[in-house]
Amino acid sequence: MFAYYLQLGLRSLRKNPLLTLLMVLAIGCGVAASMTTYSVFRATSNNPIPQKSSQLYVPQIDNWGPESNEDNKGEPPNAMTYTDAINLMRDKRASHQTALFPAAMSIVPTDPSMLPFRETSYAWYADAFGMFDIPFLYGHAWTSGEDDSHAAVAVIGKTLNDKLFNGTNSVGKNINLNGRDYRIVGVTEKWNPEPVFYDVINTNGFDDPIQVFIPFTRAVELQTTTNGNNNCNHDPGKGWDAWIRSECVWVGFWAELPTKSEAGAYRQYLNGYSAEQQRSGRFRWAPNTRLRNVTEWLDYQKVVPQEAKVSLMVSLGFLLLCLVNTVGLLLAKFMRRSSEIGVRRALGATRKEIYIQFLIEAAAIGLAGGVVGLVLTGFGVMGVSLVFEPDIAKLATLDVSLVLLTMLVAVLATVLAAFYPTWRAAQVQPAWQLKSN
Amino acid sequence: MDIKPILSALRRHKAGTVLIALQIALTLAIVCNALFIIQQRLAHLSEPTGVDEANTFVITNEWVGSPSSQRADAMMREDLRVLRELPGVADATSSNSFPLRGGGWDDGIKLTPDQVKDTSGAAVYFGDDHFLNTLDIPLIAGRNFRPEEITAMDVRDRLAPPVAIVTKPLADKLFPNGDAVGKTVYFVGNPTTIIGEVELLQSQSVERWASAFAWRSIIVPKRLAVSLGVFYIVRAQPGQLDAVMRAAPEALFKSNPRRIINDDDGVQSYATIRAKAYEGDRGMALLMGVICLVLLAITAAGIVGLTSFWVGQRRKQIGVRRALGATQKDILRYFMTENFLISCGGVLFGALLAIAINLWMVTRFEMHRLSLAYLLAGVLILLLLGQGAVLAPALRASRVPPVEATRSV
Repeated sequence: MFAYYLQLGLRSLRKNPLLTLLMVLAIGCGVAASMTTYSVFRATSNNPIPQKSSQLYVPQIDNWGPESNEDNKGEPPNAMTYTDAINLMRDKRASHQTALFPAAMSIVPTDPSMLPFRETSYAWYADAFGMFDIPFLYGHAWTSGEDDSHAAVAVIGKTLNDKLFNGTNSVGKNINLNGRDYRIVGVTEKWNPEPVFYDVINTNGFDDPIQVFIPFTRAVELQTTTNGNNNCNHDPGKGWDAWIRSECVWVGFWAELPTKSEAGAYRQYLNGYSAEQQRSGRFRWAPNTRLRNVTEWLDYQKVVPQEAKVSLMVSLGFLLLCLVNTVGLLLAKFMRRSSEIGVRRALGATRKEIYIQFLIEAAAIGLAGGVVGLVLTGFGVMGVSLVFEPDIAKLATLDVSLVLLTMLVAVLATVLAAFYPTWRAAQVQPAWQLKSN
Repeated sequence: MDIKPILSALRRHKAGTVLIALQIALTLAIVCNALFIIQQRLAHLSEPTGVDEANTFVITNEWVGSPSSQRADAMMREDLRVLRELPGVADATSSNSFPLRGGGWDDGIKLTPDQVKDTSGAAVYFGDDHFLNTLDIPLIAGRNFRPEEITAMDVRDRLAPPVAIVTKPLADKLFPNGDAVGKTVYFVGNPTTIIGEVELLQSQSVERWASAFAWRSIIVPKRLAVSLGVFYIVRAQPGQLDAVMRAAPEALFKSNPRRIINDDDGVQSYATIRAKAYEGDRGMALLMGVICLVLLAITAAGIVGLTSFWVGQRRKQIGVRRALGATQKDILRYFMTENFLISCGGVLFGALLAIAINLWMVTRFEMHRLSLAYLLAGVLILLLLGQGAVLAPALRASRVPPVEATRSV
């Protein structure tokens, strides 16, 4: 019976070609618009590290006081001072922790024909590789001992390894960074979490994958400047040492706290630490700290661009309108066939059968709309770069799940829109229709 | 035209009436807000920077092997000499940033040293005595920097400029009486005397976060002598931009190869910089425009479809009316009026919906209040759209011959 109704439905698509075309196009446009914007929204609101997003935390410590936070609803600064980061690293109250900053590194190839170039580089601690679940292609992370001894070691990314060493195992070889040699201890697989949760502050959530990692302690010893934001509430004074000791915030910090109770304990520790700073006279205010996990942090930093939200809203409104339009057109289409329904009912078809027949017909229209929608979504995803910046646009892709979702939304929406017209069709009085012709 | 019979006829087609009205309402609500977004984005992206954009470009230079600050300063001065001597170059300068770059240094300015809160934020530009001439921004008061006032600065040095030039919006914010030149302000905790005032110089970022200090810029007599984060701003003589953009990096590499000038964005014309800075705004306007057009088309198609159906259903009644003496014009007017009544209901509901959506967006997305002009424009567009869409089916209805009344039943 299903096959027969589907056949009837497809045949009726051809009966009023103009009306059908209108419906199919409306559904296609509506679905395509919402799916295109959804693809961007999905990419930007993605959970970059699902297995650990509730175990990795960003601690924040208020070292500026209420005066400076007034405009920011009393929230502590988004980054840490070097002093606080080092103290937290020293206390080691989390199972793993790392301070980090984007380091300005230029790579000088040994091949003299190649010009120096720049890659995204970060300085952090050995713990970070395990915390962020970074997979290794060759070698491994450096050790905590090498952190302590400020060792000249580096881990490089696959892309850089391909570029410099043609993809061969480069562990043990040297790489020249900012004019100094570093011994390569590991090569990471492609590691490209999106959004780049580990440094939202300096990237707004979207950046090229990291290709160079060096120990934080080494970078600081060499007075490597941060390539990211540096925010000061007061003049830090002259020179590197003054800056390092100042209240300027520029260091990112992550702590791994696998259980809720550990997170609770860490919160207490942060407050205790701040209270201690207050007692020593550095803070002139009560402890004001935060501890946010990955999801909360991305949400707090508003990583999903406003454009993505607004355009998703508008597209959903657009889809709604297309559905209202479809309800009207389906009504016209179905009611035109009142006499046909009358004949079928008179020949013994029950209301239920009429329901099923017309809902399947609607599903056929939805299917056609979905195909049109799929094609338009394809174009839409290609055109995303017109609306969003390249770092974000390249994340929007038409993958299997989006294809399935497009078809599902198209069919479901059309069937939903068909409920009222179908109900009206089933109400047709057979006697009345038969009489009039 | 008697409206009563139309209304009683509509009562028998509740579903169709409500559907058309609902479509018009939704379309109005979306189109009004979309038009409003378009207008705001277009207004934003046509704001001037103050720079002579047609002839200016920016080179992002980076030294290799972390040279000392003195060395970096010497190399930068040599670069500036090379650039200024290049044929076709009007002038060149170096800075820590440039308008529309997307981010950069900003700082608070106070009027007294012990003030707790800043009087204003300001975008900070480093510049030498060639800065104003290169960007082609004229002084409106005071004087330019003298060559001997320019000093080099390492990234961790203290920024304590004894003198500075400010834009008019910043000067007006600090000294509303218009007598900023000669006054002392406190900038990064140190006293700075304002020696000049320029009309216009946009901030580095035009994003929302920087809107609090838009147009408020301060130029300090400094050269940033570091290996990374230095930009050469070059103004070519009229018509020479392309040639100079090609020649400049070549000349720089020839003079000193130990540097990185990125292939894809190391040398950017202001047209490119502007396009990048406003990419999101332009894209959003485009997206909203396309959605508006498709939306209107779909609504019009829906009206045509439903009205055609009605006309088909009522052929007999139309025939009867025609047989009883109604002219073709009467029939046409009937359907036009009917549509007008439905549209009026739709736009009424739609206007309320548009305002509700806008108010919600104001709280959620920091948007502005919808201005009434957009609502009125939207209402007008939709009423015209309705009338236009109904015209074809109504004309067909008016051509139904009176003889239809005699066919069957």
